[in-house]
Amino acid sequence: MDREQIAEELVPLFIDDREVHACRGAMLIEVADQHGIRIPRFCYHKKLSVAANCRMCMVEVEKAPKALPACATPVTEGMKVYTRSPVALDAQKSTMEFLLINHPLDCPVCDQGGECELQDTAMGFGQGISRYTERKRVVADKDLGPLVSTDMTRCIHCTRCVRFGSEIAGIQELGATGRGEFMEIGTFVERSLSSELSGNVIDVCPVGALNAKPSRMQARSWEMLQFPGIAPHDAVGSNIYLHLLRGQVMRVVPRENDAVNETWISDRDRFSYEGLHAQDRVLQPLVRGDKGWQESDWMGSLQLVARQIRHCPPDQAGVLAAPHSTLEELYLLQKLFRSIGVHNIDHRVRQTDFADQEGMPLFPCLGQSLESIEHNDAVFLVGSDIRFEQPMVAHRMRKAAARGGQVVSLNPREFDFHFASQHTWGLAPQYWPYALAEVAKCLGGENASGGLMPALNRLVAKVSVSAYAQHIADLLQNAERAGIFMGAMADAHPQASALRALTHFIAGQADAGFGMLPQAGNSAGAWLSGVLPHRLPAGVPTTQPGLDAAEMLAHPMKLFVLFNLEPEFDFASAPAALQAMRDAEFVVVFSPYVTEEMKGYADVVLPLATFAETEGTYVNAEGRWQTVGRAVPAPGQARPAWRVLRVLADCLNLQGMAYRSVQQVLEEIRLQVSQRAKPQDSRYVPGTVSEPDTLQGVYRVSGIPAYATDHVVRRADSLQNTPLAPPPHVAMCEQQASEFGVLGHRKVRVVQEDQETELDLHLDPGVPMHCVWIQKSARHVDELGRDVAQVDVRRCAHD
Amino acid sequence: MNRIRNLIRSFTLSELLNGMRLTGRRFASRKFTVQYPEEKTPQSPRFRGLHALREYPNGEERCIGCKLCEAVCPALAITIDTEEREDGSRRTTRYDIDLFKCVYCGFCEEACPVDAVVETRIFEYAFFERGEQVMTKEMLLEVGRKHEAQIAEDRKPGSLDH
Repeated sequence: MDREQIAEELVPLFIDDREVHACRGAMLIEVADQHGIRIPRFCYHKKLSVAANCRMCMVEVEKAPKALPACATPVTEGMKVYTRSPVALDAQKSTMEFLLINHPLDCPVCDQGGECELQDTAMGFGQGISRYTERKRVVADKDLGPLVSTDMTRCIHCTRCVRFGSEIAGIQELGATGRGEFMEIGTFVERSLSSELSGNVIDVCPVGALNAKPSRMQARSWEMLQFPGIAPHDAVGSNIYLHLLRGQVMRVVPRENDAVNETWISDRDRFSYEGLHAQDRVLQPLVRGDKGWQESDWMGSLQLVARQIRHCPPDQAGVLAAPHSTLEELYLLQKLFRSIGVHNIDHRVRQTDFADQEGMPLFPCLGQSLESIEHNDAVFLVGSDIRFEQPMVAHRMRKAAARGGQVVSLNPREFDFHFASQHTWGLAPQYWPYALAEVAKCLGGENASGGLMPALNRLVAKVSVSAYAQHIADLLQNAERAGIFMGAMADAHPQASALRALTHFIAGQADAGFGMLPQAGNSAGAWLSGVLPHRLPAGVPTTQPGLDAAEMLAHPMKLFVLFNLEPEFDFASAPAALQAMRDAEFVVVFSPYVTEEMKGYADVVLPLATFAETEGTYVNAEGRWQTVGRAVPAPGQARPAWRVLRVLADCLNLQGMAYRSVQQVLEEIRLQVSQRAKPQDSRYVPGTVSEPDTLQGVYRVSGIPAYATDHVVRRADSLQNTPLAPPPHVAMCEQQASEFGVLGHRKVRVVQEDQETELDLHLDPGVPMHCVWIQKSARHVDELGRDVAQVDVRRCAHD
Repeated sequence: MNRIRNLIRSFTLSELLNGMRLTGRRFASRKFTVQYPEEKTPQSPRFRGLHALREYPNGEERCIGCKLCEAVCPALAITIDTEEREDGSRRTTRYDIDLFKCVYCGFCEEACPVDAVVETRIFEYAFFERGEQVMTKEMLLEVGRKHEAQIAEDRKPGSLDH
């Protein structure tokens, strides 16, 4: 019998004289949990491997000479288990006494107090008094960086954090040194945790040894109120709980949902709440007057905005929205502006190539469920630093790799992936269409029926297949289940449509899933709600297409509406976006924050509520609609965007916008999507693509920094202080540096089109030739421009 | 018959005499009236009056900001904010007791793991401005400093035995 057959077979057994049925081979503690029988435990965690080192889950099993640990005892037919018999209780009580020998009695100052597994278990299974009178052990605290605080004296050595590191995060950062009394958990060399999931050790720690540093000693567990929420920082839409103390978010913890984020969340989702309390929140509507910026009231500023919108010719107005706004907000925004004739509406502010927009599916999606990613035998990533773009998707891929799957990627540098079996084809971005053409060629490219368009067919005919391409093609073809995913760098590529067409072709030939990784929390929702120049809500093509995001910036627009966006960070090219804003006659900014930069180009700033402060729906990368309520009130005069838009519609005397609640808006969207969207809309149809040029020169590449995805994350100070948010620099290999003649220099000048800037030079053998990696950051505006573009690197003048 | 009895009673002034008998008895017995404020009644060491926050003899505040008093307070009279002090210890940045809300039940004192918040013997205080009734951390510490001797005395083992 193979494993699956064994697992399917149910056997009867008795726990506390209750007959239950369980899969043969399941561990006793799992079975007891399923049937609501509580067995105390510390080291056992359902998502981690079994260590059986805390000995707390001792139970009596009939015919066994001694009590057995329930977490490491498989069930067998007819076995009789007693969890509360004298033998079991005695064993549990003794274990508890041993654990408490060295545990300090500092519950009143411990952040875990009140939600501590040790505290709870000591109440239920321990003794009232201690017989131990000797000195307790003291362990020095470790510095694990700005996110996790340590009180190592409290550690009971369950090794959950160690197992989390090696099994889930994929980086063995914490480990146990010494034995017995001298055992200590820590990083071997004192350093910060560098995992993007490191915050989860706070949750797995059953005692107060590992706690959240940003909220350290600021609240006790019992005084906080818990509200469900959705994290909008990536396209997974991780389920979270917001913990509030007197109307302020004090911390964020995961909300279990096996289909989305299991029991984990990324650090970005956990600590982004700090951005809600940023210093530069706007508390009052701001209006630029004769004497500079002045605080205004809502009615006055909205009427001013309405007047300006009315005066502006509709084809001279551009509306740009952030794809991390809620579905309802985005829908109302496009409905409002479409009804006054503005068709220049877009959310794809990071994209540069829009050639295939007509053939895009209803919304860019994974092409499979999040859960099924972990069953892929082969995963091919195109232009994606998946670990930091979508940590929870990377976690699923890691699981796929742990099951024997292969992960290959076409990337501009070797990223620090943590898959068990991985291979990076490091290639400068200008060669990506050629690389994909090689893979397509291996899969029968030129001759395939109904295959590629002529331009790409010519490209496929031209290239000669390299060993890398052959390897990827073989892997995809031989895999039973394969998935291809296009990431942020492929999306920002100047030939993104050619990349998509080739990737789509490869997926079709290899019978692999074709997935696009939408970047923001509601990218899919933005497509669905029609925040696009060429489509109405539910993917209906419009008869009056407007300009896309890049065209809007290139054409001189009289009026711009920026919705939750910051041009200096959110756009494909910061200088171009800033210039377009400065050139516009009137710029309305809907934003929770106001920056100095913003005061330079904006004319009205309307304070909005952020993600925890507004109710709404987010659609994630697999098309899952998740609606959450409001957890905290917005500070000052800031208001949820849907209300602001509704009042603005009143100021413009628009019909059909008299919504009384956000639910009405949602129902309207649901109705439209269910009536109009057709199943074939979920297919991608490549558009006409011109043949990629023979590319010369050196190209720069940047990804979206892990902690700069949206304006809330950029203001989370603790995240910005982690090693995952490095300062801006330029990285290249030694050979490339010597070709530029900058080898040995600390600072270099990078020239891109007519912009230039000075950056620190890092030598990185993982960056291929003809390519430089420019690290962006959340605190420095990228003055150069687009993420994928030709650059020149020169010595600094003063060097 | 009853009417005749009542008539005799009212003519012999028996009720008046009965009343005067009680007055006469009390006239000669020990007096209970206390001449407050010159004179005060004795207090139990368990008396629960105005709150105080205590300090250790070295001047370090006792309160560790565990918020157990805030949690146990039935009148929600206590409001505490905490943060990590520079030396890494947990301390309060705000410790307010609203004396209008307080019901002087003494639960806060009972809950405190470090005997920081106590109820003293002080019961003579008044407020003349709105808002004065909120005792801040500094005010509570000041009460503690001023009356530490008495507070310590009352909490000595055995002081409650008699």
